[in-house]
Amino acid sequence: MAIVNAPETAASTQAARPITAVDWRRTVRMGLLGGLGMVFIAAIGMFEELDGRPMIVPILSLGYLTVFWVPFVAGYLAAKEETLEGLAPPQKGLRDPLAGLVAGLMGGLALWLLTAFMNAFEWRDVFLKLSPTLLELLTFGNDLGFAFLALVLGSGLLGMLGGALAVLPESGRRIVVGAIVTTFVVAILEVIFVDIFEGIGLEAVTDLVYDINGGLAWGSAIVVAILGGTLAAVSAGASERSRTRWTAMEPAPRRTASLAAFVIVALLTIFLPIILGGIVNELLANVGLFLLMGLGLNVVVGYAGLLDLGYVAFFAVGAYTTAVLTSPISPTLLGEDGSVVREEGLLTIDFFGWEGWAVLGAVLLVAAIAGIVVGTPVIRMRGDYLAIVTLGFGEIVRILFLSDWLAPVFGGAQGVRQIPSAGVEALDLVDLTITGVDPRSIFYFVAVFVAIAIYVSWRLSKSRIGRAWAAMREDETVAEAMGIDTVRAKLLAFIIGAMLASFGGMVFAVKVGSVFPKSFELLVSIIVLVVVIVGGMGNIAGVIVGALVLIGVLGGPTQPGVLQEFAEFKLLIYGALLVYMMLQRPEGLVPSLSRSRELHHEEMQQDAWLASAIEEDDDEEASI
Amino acid sequence: MSENGQPVLEFRGVNTHYGPVHVLKDVDIEIHAGEIVCLLGGNASGKTTTLKTILGMVTPTSGDIVLDGEIVSGAPTSRIVSAGVSMVPENRRLFKRMTVKENLEIGAYLRDPNDDLDADYERIYELFPRVKERLDQKAGTLSGGEQQMVAVGRALMARPKVLLMDEPSMGLAPVLVQQNFDIIETINEAGTTVFVVEQNAKMALSIADRGYVLMTGRIVLADTAEGLLANPEMRTAYLGEVED
Ligand SMILES: Nc1ncnc2c1ncn2[C@@H]1O[C@H](COP(=O)(O)OP(=O)(O)O)[C@@H](O)[C@H]1O
Ligand SMILES: [Mg+2]
Repeated sequence: MAIVNAPETAASTQAARPITAVDWRRTVRMGLLGGLGMVFIAAIGMFEELDGRPMIVPILSLGYLTVFWVPFVAGYLAAKEETLEGLAPPQKGLRDPLAGLVAGLMGGLALWLLTAFMNAFEWRDVFLKLSPTLLELLTFGNDLGFAFLALVLGSGLLGMLGGALAVLPESGRRIVVGAIVTTFVVAILEVIFVDIFEGIGLEAVTDLVYDINGGLAWGSAIVVAILGGTLAAVSAGASERSRTRWTAMEPAPRRTASLAAFVIVALLTIFLPIILGGIVNELLANVGLFLLMGLGLNVVVGYAGLLDLGYVAFFAVGAYTTAVLTSPISPTLLGEDGSVVREEGLLTIDFFGWEGWAVLGAVLLVAAIAGIVVGTPVIRMRGDYLAIVTLGFGEIVRILFLSDWLAPVFGGAQGVRQIPSAGVEALDLVDLTITGVDPRSIFYFVAVFVAIAIYVSWRLSKSRIGRAWAAMREDETVAEAMGIDTVRAKLLAFIIGAMLASFGGMVFAVKVGSVFPKSFELLVSIIVLVVVIVGGMGNIAGVIVGALVLIGVLGGPTQPGVLQEFAEFKLLIYGALLVYMMLQRPEGLVPSLSRSRELHHEEMQQDAWLASAIEEDDDEEASI
Repeated sequence: MSENGQPVLEFRGVNTHYGPVHVLKDVDIEIHAGEIVCLLGGNASGKTTTLKTILGMVTPTSGDIVLDGEIVSGAPTSRIVSAGVSMVPENRRLFKRMTVKENLEIGAYLRDPNDDLDADYERIYELFPRVKERLDQKAGTLSGGEQQMVAVGRALMARPKVLLMDEPSMGLAPVLVQQNFDIIETINEAGTTVFVVEQNAKMALSIADRGYVLMTGRIVLADTAEGLLANPEMRTAYLGEVED
């Protein structure tokens, strides 16, 4: 939104503005959006569903929070003004909370209209979630008149506070936001914190902070808020500073710093799980699982630019190969009458003997073949066609696994069960008995594969084939004219992507202990794609952040995340997040460092570019 | 240059189709080492197709492309590029989101990974000092003239024996067109054979040794540059001169 090099003459007209001049258009828009948002959140049942979860005892439940953050933010946005470069910063004053108040009032009014509507009509046939309980919540157990006062004035007040936030100087705003965010994060991550503190033997702390029935006790909420605010004040600008310092660093010290960071991360990965509790380990294992698939899809979509919507097929292939080879009741091993005749599968997943490696080899081989089979027919297609055809392939693979025809091998809808778990039993050091079923050993199992996948991705991005992919992604015809064998490059992307996904499938089979077609629906492909897009396509750090944020916090298609309360609304949030990211930050949460440097560079080059552009710049897709 | 000896690149009765559409019709072209040869023709006459056919991006339906005495029609593009043919595409078509340096690296894609590329970079910086200043800039943010330099540099990174140029004058201001053709001459003087395809006949003939005229896929004239410049038919049809 920032206009670079805005004409300076505009500054004079902007500066002299009466203090009560509210930007009505913006305010009304925010009010309407806010109202729509609140009504939507209430009407889809989020309010009611989440009311049972206390946040700050006894005043605030998660339900109220999910509705009433809206007028606050709407109020802030109504009052906020962009500071345009080259212009005087906008004047702040009474007009800001006023704008916030109006936006908040509008939002509250919309919610009250919903309440009145529910009171007058019975519409549950159409809108299932407009329940009496919701009405009760909206009216606070009172009548409509009271609801009007409470909702409209309450939202108005919140909006006004939001608007007031815009008046604060940057530093003050940081403190307030820090306090609010910290409080809610601590409240919402209760399960995680309890798990962690239990893991390190400090249950006493969490017992003190959290109420017995869940939620922050109001006293501890205040303490947490103060801590959060202080932290925000202290850390102000720290990330900005370290980023600039990092960018300015010479290659040699930067390499040392990277190495140090790597060692720290590696040590944390090795030792944290021992300390952490089971829940966190389980969450991290899920993150790792999707990270494996995300990294694989990142090779296909991010590096090679091939939009594969049937990616789950390779995941399924890896999982089924593992299952068939290791389960003692794999359908091929059963007796004539379907009786169990063996105690063990064909192979065990034991990486201290040869059998584990044999399973891994088989999984990779089958995945590579699957990559070739799916890749070959679609390789000459471009863009949308490729997406649609791969989507079809994904479904075909799932239906094959489901089919009666292949049931003698894959078990049809029942799938294959009793896949033995793989453990890192050798880690019995330090009096830690880590067994196969312990989420910790699963975590280590996943972590090893993730480490391999990260290393492979990293090497690929720096390699010759990585450069070929980048060229192909930008302009296939020219890449071909430069002598790049695009067919081979695409096929290779498919194969590598398939192999990384099959790692994921193997881990999944071992972790869950059973595989059946329902685990491999289209949704998995989509979620993995969203992880890659939201994180930052083509960027390893981006995919890691994407997996942590989406899978860790929201959860996977069937895996719970930190916000288990939101499970029912997970896909809704996924969708909303995707839309938001596409509109506001298409490069993802973590655009690569080199990219941000380039963007920076571009700005500096603007003037030089303008000066030298005497001739018109024709370009674009004329046929070569 | 000398007409004797084996041509570096030769079209022998080449026909090319896009599906059922007949584009190149019985095309015969000879290019000898050290020459600048131009192929002149209007829009959609088949100039780009001619270059794509050389590179193996389109396979001739009959006839042969001969490179250094060896028939290469049907060979994959990578083999032809390795054998010493590279192209500056129409409209330059840089990889816009990559840096200038990365664009040059792609040009050297098929070079032996053990080759020392420093000398090649130096040569390009010498030809185009501007390119050196812009190495870390994204190619899409360069001006049209600078993009042309990078596009030529990218093609030179393959160390071609024969450099193919598709309408180097397209979309550039007259000053830059002149500059561009000067550069082609410099490259040629350093020993690279150049095959340039153009609509701007006057400009192309000013630097070329010989020229061919292509009309709806058929070669209708073939002569030395002087001969074509003096040809009355050419003068009215392509050089935009009024008959005196
Ligand atoms: N990929 C293609 N598929 C079908 N027809 C094509 C294709 N490329 C070019 N043509 C046709 O071939 C003819 C010659 O095109 P081209 O070689 O690009 O001409 P020029 O470069 O001289 O403008 C044109 O009629 C054009 O429409
Ligand atoms: Mg053309």
